[in-house]
Parts: sequence; structure tokens; C-alpha cells
Amino acid sequence: MIKIEKRNDVSRSIYFLTPVLAIFLTLFGGGIIFYILGFNPIEALKFFFITPISDLYGLSELLVKATPLCLIAIGLSFCFKSNNWNIGAEGQLIFGGIVGGGVALLFYSHDGFYVLPIIILSGAIGGMLFAMIPAILKTYFNTNEILVSLMLVYVAKLLLDYLVVGPWSNPEGFNFPETRQFSESARMPILFDGLRIHAGIFITLITVFFSWLILYKTYLGFQIKVSGLSLKTAKYAGYKGKTMIIIVFMISGACAGLAGVGEITGPIGQLHRNISPDYGFTAIIVAFLGRLNPVGIIFASLIVALTYLGAETAQIFLQVPKYTGQVFQGMILFFLLGSDYLLFFKIKFLGLKKNEL
Amino acid sequence: MYKLFLRSLISVLFLLGFGLNANAEFKVGFVYVGPTGDHGWTYQHHEGRNAVEALGIKTTYVESVPEGADAERVIRQLAQSGHDLIFTTSFGYMDPTNKVAKDFPNVKFEHATGYKREHSNVSTYSARFYEGRTLLGHMAGKMTKTNTIGYIASFPIPEVIRGINAMTLAAQKVNPNIKTKIVWVFTWYDPGKESEAAQALIDQGADIIMQHTDSTAPVQVAEKAGVWSFGQASDMQRFAPKSILTSIIDDWAPYYVERSIAARDGTWKQQDTWHGLKEGMVAMAPYNSAMGGDLIKEVEQLQKDLASGKAHSFTGPIYDQKGNILVAEGAVADDGMLAGMNVYVKGVEGDIPQ
Repeated sequence: MIKIEKRNDVSRSIYFLTPVLAIFLTLFGGGIIFYILGFNPIEALKFFFITPISDLYGLSELLVKATPLCLIAIGLSFCFKSNNWNIGAEGQLIFGGIVGGGVALLFYSHDGFYVLPIIILSGAIGGMLFAMIPAILKTYFNTNEILVSLMLVYVAKLLLDYLVVGPWSNPEGFNFPETRQFSESARMPILFDGLRIHAGIFITLITVFFSWLILYKTYLGFQIKVSGLSLKTAKYAGYKGKTMIIIVFMISGACAGLAGVGEITGPIGQLHRNISPDYGFTAIIVAFLGRLNPVGIIFASLIVALTYLGAETAQIFLQVPKYTGQVFQGMILFFLLGSDYLLFFKIKFLGLKKNEL
Repeated sequence: MYKLFLRSLISVLFLLGFGLNANAEFKVGFVYVGPTGDHGWTYQHHEGRNAVEALGIKTTYVESVPEGADAERVIRQLAQSGHDLIFTTSFGYMDPTNKVAKDFPNVKFEHATGYKREHSNVSTYSARFYEGRTLLGHMAGKMTKTNTIGYIASFPIPEVIRGINAMTLAAQKVNPNIKTKIVWVFTWYDPGKESEAAQALIDQGADIIMQHTDSTAPVQVAEKAGVWSFGQASDMQRFAPKSILTSIIDDWAPYYVERSIAARDGTWKQQDTWHGLKEGMVAMAPYNSAMGGDLIKEVEQLQKDLASGKAHSFTGPIYDQKGNILVAEGAVADDGMLAGMNVYVKGVEGDIPQ
């Protein structure tokens, strides 16, 4: 007979070391997969994890890819810490992109320093408003926020489809489903010539800093954490649960909206149907891999971004299937959840007693 | 000062990149929008790549590259890692291709189905798929019992509208009563959506199903429902052996071989290619004998005439849905008009989504 018992004495250092362990187990598991596929595992892992960031361009690309992931995951950490399951960051990202992109098109013929800040702000507000829908439905109508936020992803996607095919499509673009390229004043400034890393990274860093401040140094952060640990305690302490739910969704949505607007004003430069390769969903992995901790999330976003770049390089140099990148992400999550389970629960193998037979 | 240093460091790195590339072996890169196993669009580009590889030229491909921010990095990585000629095989790669081309003047770029050639090292190419549609229209007009042709369309771009119009015109010629019903699915590849669309069209009385999307789902639905269908991009016969009358095949192999050899031998020049049945970029899969020998003979003759230029898919008089004349009697539509086509011809039901 097997008995599962909760552990009460989980040490803090082990808690933060398990993601590192998960990454090593993933490397090991990945090595085995490469070996089975007929590649030298060490060489394959080198192409996967080292080659992509072996030059300045690669490092810049890593940051370009990690920026939206980090931003969304930071926002999600507010929701997840307080037991609010916002699964629809992808939709909030797209909606933020739609609002920001709409403003960018509105200011198409304007030229001025104020254009970009207005676009960024409206993108954040767009994402925020879109995230308030599941929050308000949850607090006032008792709906399930997982379902509502997830279904709203498809609403946002279809709205974007409609806009880029129809009213917002480029008048000179032969009906192709995309808008005009935004004007220069609507684009994120590029930090270094020849690289794609843009000013969006500062927005992310500032957000990380303020998130840390809110989560660890304010009363609101304390409330969020308490609600996450025990709703009953939070109620007993007299916290306004409804307001807090709406606030964490607003923060989360604003972050996703910022990520969306960062993509369209940064590397993409226009609205089309593929503004996000599912960043909003991948960020869920990032948030948990980073232990819902701002600093942890920075590292987690870099690692997950690297799995994307690695999948491309490994494909170019070794012609392994593109989907190995997804296998790696899956393995990281699997090993993390697996080691978490063993971290919080003891498995006891008990001998069979006679009377149980 | 610090910025200046970084800039010079980057340029040195770029130059180093070029220096290394100059001595390396000739390589061709391919960027695909879908998986190589889609049995449609990407599958055919992959077949083209195989033909280049068969010459002994080294090739690399990257599949399922999203048409967003990632495309530019993949194209750039191919350019940086010593590929001398890069085929980017989807419309959404247009701007990234041109952007990377600017930074790699010694690398040649070929972009499929686009219209921007901003630098002298960028060529574009596409196929006159509509010539194949004319043949499908002829068969559909003859084979339909319900006079209703179901058409699954992807995006309302000129290429797709051209196909719908070419098919409808050819079908009307042999059967003035036919109607074309269209479902827009707004995707190039989504087996679920495509099969729903096929089913909806069959429910509305269509007994011929054709598609301008890339999966095999519609022909499989048609096979089950016992209606006729046509394959798209590759020969889909084995997915619906009874139902498929023929498939329009995109044969990129000769073009890829020709351009790869030209790039290797230094004779590559910028161009805009639009090839059809004549050059073999559009080909037809074997015709289903269920059509009967007479019809097959007719279609084969029409195919020859389209290839030789004796027949043209858009020969006047052509009217739009409101009855306004688009192409006068005896005239044929020029390439400029075809490239920007954005109205339906008479006989097509519904409006173009705007």
C-alpha cells in the first residue's frame, strides 16, 4: 500500500532550487531524446542551448523573445498568487495589440514624441479592460474565470481577424490580411543598429521592479498573498475580496496588453493575424517555472525563450523537427510539477497488513 | 562613445560573417509556413527542395515558422549561417525577407506570392493556379447534378478571388445554370474548420467540393458524403480515391532547381516570375476515370490550349455580379487586372468580405 502525506517542513532553498533541478532533468531527458533520434547528444544540446546565444545578435533575439513572456508572466503572477486563474492572457495581449494598433493607425500621419507613449498607454488600457470582463463576471455573477478568460481569447482572435481583413486592412495591400506598416514615430526605438532589441525591454524591467514593490512591500501585496494561501483567512481578516480580484486581473491584463503593444510597435510594425505565437499561453509555464517570483520569472522567461531559439538553430544545423522545442518546454513543466509534488508530499511505501488482505 | 564602440563591434561581426560565408560551400535555405507533412502547400515546397538536394546541392529547411516576429530571425539565421539562396515560401514573410535582404546583399532571396522587391537581391515568384481552376470549372460544370459548386476559400486576396472567378467562368461555359457557393474560413490550414465548411456546403446542396486551403480534410469529407471533389496543391488522390476528380499540383521543383543552379553559377538575376501550365509550375494530377473518356479528352484538350496560349482563363465577355462589363468580348484580361482582381464575376453568390 502506498500512502501520500503532506510535508510540513519544505525548506526555502530547496523550493527555489527545484526549477534548476527541473532544467537539468530536462537537459538530461533531451539528451536521451537526441540520442534516440541518432544525434550526438552533447553536440545537439550545444546547438540547442549555446549556439543561439553565441553572438550579439542571438543575445538580442533572446531578449526580444523573452520580453513579452516576462511581462505577461509577471502580470499572471498577481492572479495566480491570489488563486485567480487567468488563462486568457493571450486574448488580453491581442486586445491590447488591437487597441494600441488602432491608435497607431489613427495617428498614422502624426509625427511627434507623444505618439508612441499614447499607443503604449492605450494598449495597456485595452488589455486591462479586456481582463476586467472575466474578473467582473467572477465577482458579481460567480462565473468560472478559467472558462471565461479562455473563451475570450477566441473572441479577441476573431476580432483581430475581422479588423485586419476588413476595415483596417492596408488600402494598398491587395486585400491581404494586414494593416499598413506603422509610421516611424509609432515604433519602439531600436537600442542598437542592426539588432532588434527595442525600448520595450525597459517597460518590462520597470514593470518587474514595480511588481516586486507591490507584491512584497505593500499592503495590497500582502492581501494577495494571504488570499492565495487561504481565502477563509482573508475573509476573516476583512479584506475586500472582490476589489482585489478585479485589481489583480487589471494588473495582469495591463501587462499582457503592454506585451501586445510591444510586439506590434517593436519587431512586427503592423497588425496582422499572427502578432503572437501563443505568448499568452507560454507565459503560464514561465510564471510557474519562475515560482511566481519577479526575479524567478526573469530567469524563467530567458530559459523558455531560449527553447524557442534553440529549436530553430537545432533545425537549421541538424534538421531535427521544429517541435523538439515544444517537447523541451513540456519536459521542463513536467519535471517541475513532478519535483514539486515530491517536494510537498511524501510517498510512503507501507507493507501490507494482514487484515487488509 | 560606448554606442560607437558597440556599433563598430557589430559591424565587425557582420563583416566576419560575410568573410566566413565567402569560402563556404553553396547552400540553399527554405522557410516553410506549415509542417512538411501537411500534404498541401508546404509539402509541395518540400518536394521542390528535395529536387534541389537531388542535384547534390546542400539545402536546409525550417518548418512551421510563424508569420510574425519570428520569421525575420529565422531568415536572418539562414543568411548568417552561410546560405547563399533563401526561399521564403509564404506571403507573410514578405516584409521580413526584404528587411533581411537589405543587410545581406550577397545572399539571394526568393519570396513566394508577394509583390515587394525592395532590393536587387530579392525576387518574387508565384504560379498561375487559376489556369488549373479553369480546368476544374469545366469538369465541375459537366459533373454537377445539383448545379451547385461548393468552394472553400481562405482569404479574400486577388489570388483566391481569381481562382473562384476562373472556375465559375469555365463552369458557366459548359453549364449556364451553375452557382458557386463560397465559405470563407480565414485560414490556410485548419483541418477542423475546413471539414466543417465542406459539410456546410454539402448540406446546402453542393455536389462538387473544391478548396483554396491546404489540408486534405475537405476531400475526405466529400468522399464520405459521396460527392465529387478536387485536391489542392498536391495530388490528394489517396485521401479520397473515389471522390477526387483530379488535383491541381503546385510543382515548384523545376523553378527551385533552375534558380539554385543560377545562384550557384552566378547568373541569378532579380525577376518576378508568374508561371502556369505552360512552364509546368501548375500541373494536373491524373484524371479520375469516373468522369468518362469523352470529358477527360475535352479537359486534356483545354489543358493543352491553356498551356499553348490558344485559350485563356479570362476571355471576354466577362461581367461582374451587377452585370457591368469587366472584359470586353474577344479581349482577355491582362496580368495587371488579374494581379489586382477584387470583384466576383456573375454567377458567384454572396459578397467578398471587406
